[in-house]
Amino acid sequence: MHKLLTENPGKKMLLLGNEAIARGAIEAGVAVATTYPGTPSSEISLNLFQMSLESDLYFEYSTNEKVALEVAAATANSGIRSLCIMKHVGMNVASDALMTLAYVGVKGGLVIITADDPFMFSSQNEQDNRYYAVLSGLPMLEPSSIEEAKDMLGYAFDLSEELQEPVIFRTTTRINHSNAVVVFGEIKKRITTGDFQKDPFNYVTVPAVSRKLHAKLLKNLEKAETISEKSKYNFITGDGNLGIICNGVSYNYVYDALNDLNLKDRVKILRIGFSHPMPGAMIKDFLKGCEKVLVVEEGEPYMEESVKALAQEEGLTLSIRGKGKDLFSHLYEFNPGLVRKCLSKYFGVEFTPPAVPDLSDIPEIPMRPPNLCAGCSHRATYYEVKKAAEGMDTICPIDIGCYTLGFLPPLSMGDFLICMGSSVGTSCGFSKVTQKKVIGFIGDSTFFHSGMPGLANAVFNNHNFTLIILDNGTTAMTGHQPNPGVDMKKLNLDGYNQISIEKVVRSLGVSHVSVIRPYKVQKSIEAIKEALNVKGVSVIISRQMCSLYAKSLKKLKALPFYISDKCKNHRTCVNELACPAFYIQDEKVEIDPVMCVGCAVCAQLCPEKAILPLKK
Amino acid sequence: MDTTRLIIVAVGGQGNLLTTRVIGEAALLSGTPVRMSEIHGMAQRGGVVESAVVFGDAQSTTIADGEADALVGFEPSETLRAINKCNLNTVVITNLATLPPFTVTLGKSVYPDLNELQDQIRAKTGNLIAFDAAALAKEAGNIMSVNMVLLGSLIQTDILPLSANNVKEAIKTTTKKAFVGSNLKAFELGFTAAKELG
Repeated sequence: MHKLLTENPGKKMLLLGNEAIARGAIEAGVAVATTYPGTPSSEISLNLFQMSLESDLYFEYSTNEKVALEVAAATANSGIRSLCIMKHVGMNVASDALMTLAYVGVKGGLVIITADDPFMFSSQNEQDNRYYAVLSGLPMLEPSSIEEAKDMLGYAFDLSEELQEPVIFRTTTRINHSNAVVVFGEIKKRITTGDFQKDPFNYVTVPAVSRKLHAKLLKNLEKAETISEKSKYNFITGDGNLGIICNGVSYNYVYDALNDLNLKDRVKILRIGFSHPMPGAMIKDFLKGCEKVLVVEEGEPYMEESVKALAQEEGLTLSIRGKGKDLFSHLYEFNPGLVRKCLSKYFGVEFTPPAVPDLSDIPEIPMRPPNLCAGCSHRATYYEVKKAAEGMDTICPIDIGCYTLGFLPPLSMGDFLICMGSSVGTSCGFSKVTQKKVIGFIGDSTFFHSGMPGLANAVFNNHNFTLIILDNGTTAMTGHQPNPGVDMKKLNLDGYNQISIEKVVRSLGVSHVSVIRPYKVQKSIEAIKEALNVKGVSVIISRQMCSLYAKSLKKLKALPFYISDKCKNHRTCVNELACPAFYIQDEKVEIDPVMCVGCAVCAQLCPEKAILPLKK
Repeated sequence: MDTTRLIIVAVGGQGNLLTTRVIGEAALLSGTPVRMSEIHGMAQRGGVVESAVVFGDAQSTTIADGEADALVGFEPSETLRAINKCNLNTVVITNLATLPPFTVTLGKSVYPDLNELQDQIRAKTGNLIAFDAAALAKEAGNIMSVNMVLLGSLIQTDILPLSANNVKEAIKTTTKKAFVGSNLKAFELGFTAAKELG
């Protein structure tokens, strides 16, 4: 049995934040969970997916976050406790559904998890999704620790049902990817079958209905504020006439800093865990007892602006600071040392931190950028497109996935990227106004997520570019989640259908479509050349299973290659492919037989034909 | 309880996260408060994996520059890269078996000289224990057990509030059954190596 499914109240377990949140969902009696995978949220979904295979929990990998939220909106409005999980930028995709779902509300509890990523460990931006709560008028909760995250999720469902509104649950990477000891609670029984009562004048958001619903939302928001005022997740600790208002992981850094600075007796902390609506009366009271206040929050000055507005309403003139040149930045994540430094500065307390070593005499350490795996089919495809386009002046819009790494040298394929699916839409624009050959790259999962509308646009508006669909049969970047193009039978899972990308592309009206096997270098180059010469939209589907995924499915029999003594040290293999299985020993290229998967791509481009299979 | 802070750096695939997990489970066994955080977005693609472990009363799961009590590096250039986390009292344990980054294979950068690297770490920290952990892992019967060799050395230094017995127990319950034997042997070899070098 999955470790997070066990009835065992009181049991202590060391859990990753995302595991604790998944356990929180089980304890809350969540019966439906939907998601599109994205770091740092992915392990919440992975654990719920695994648990759905051995319980009556319904889980789905939806095609994108908007669809995931729509599915959950319907199940919640059928009375079922539903959870929708996404990374912060996924909220942008889901926001169309979110904004009006806030008007409609829910019957059963609906919690939307947004996993924000300050510092952009694995994201294209570090937007602060607390503003989605403001924008949509929905309540928002933010845990400070792993233990709290688990319990707060149950509270979020109760709150959602009390207010009949979705609740936004915001984490940051340091909650998702930290570990701590968590105590299991009781599991609430899952109710998996619901019903939907027709009520079109409350559910069908035509203008006349929505005018009424917006007023309802504002009333709900007032009610939410009264709950926020009394919520156990907004609390004051410590005593003194100096004040700190903080949220999320910043609370931990403040807590540790006050110990280091010996300020425990002089500073009181207001920790905000129920952060929209802000507990206005509580904050006003807090401010009245303070000489000066520091707001400690990663990201944007969301609380700071609110606190300053509340102070103005009360006619308070104390110093309230947060973001600023000499204090906290909007940029990146905080750490204990940074927070301590700002506290010591703002409250005028001397502190000498441990000396950081002088790094001036340390030579440059070679960078270790992540690389496409040994035998990765994307490497082969990029190489082939590069060869096929030799002599052409190109622009290569790229998309989000492992293959984004192809923008690094020596492949250097990838010129523009803003969001999921943007390779296709931006290819339309670049090809319209430049004289260059535009070649877009998109992965299979991203194509289903948001590439199809761009391709329909391209065909309809008669744009002129080649789209390479990198079909490796899985959503590799986030840990091999399924997508609609995946053959689920390979995972021994029934009850799914598989969609052919080729048929989709043809039915969208693309007339030139060819499927290549990227490990066959010369044949692929020929097919790509042909596609590049087509006027209008042409599509190449490069189909080869992700080698990591193939290994995990035991579908890959690695037959490694070696460099024979025919090698004349041209180093074409290393310099053009940069496969990590190569290494240099005694000035000669060697292949690590443990890493090599036997794709044979390097063997095909060696000018001396010196790369041979280790065993025949 | 005093706070003890540990940083572990490795290259993706070297078993950093499993090691952190073993340490966490050993802390749970002994009732020692522990919090850990990890950054592993690109672990499977040859990137750097860093984890932080904080024992004691602290609430933070991350460690500021200059504040690690111990640094364990599974690869020498990565140990050097993480030196900003250390101070003059930090105990550093590093593997000396190299995994040159691909930028070196491409001839775009030069791998640091191992003797100079050790001198520099020694000059900027409290104590350095450096040896070829890959050789000991091989001796233990599994080249993948470099992580357990280094864990053995770390526990020998006695800098963590964990007993060797608890850690060994955690190795038994946390690592794959087929590897428990070689992992325990690797742990012992690392423990002995640190005793001799320390």
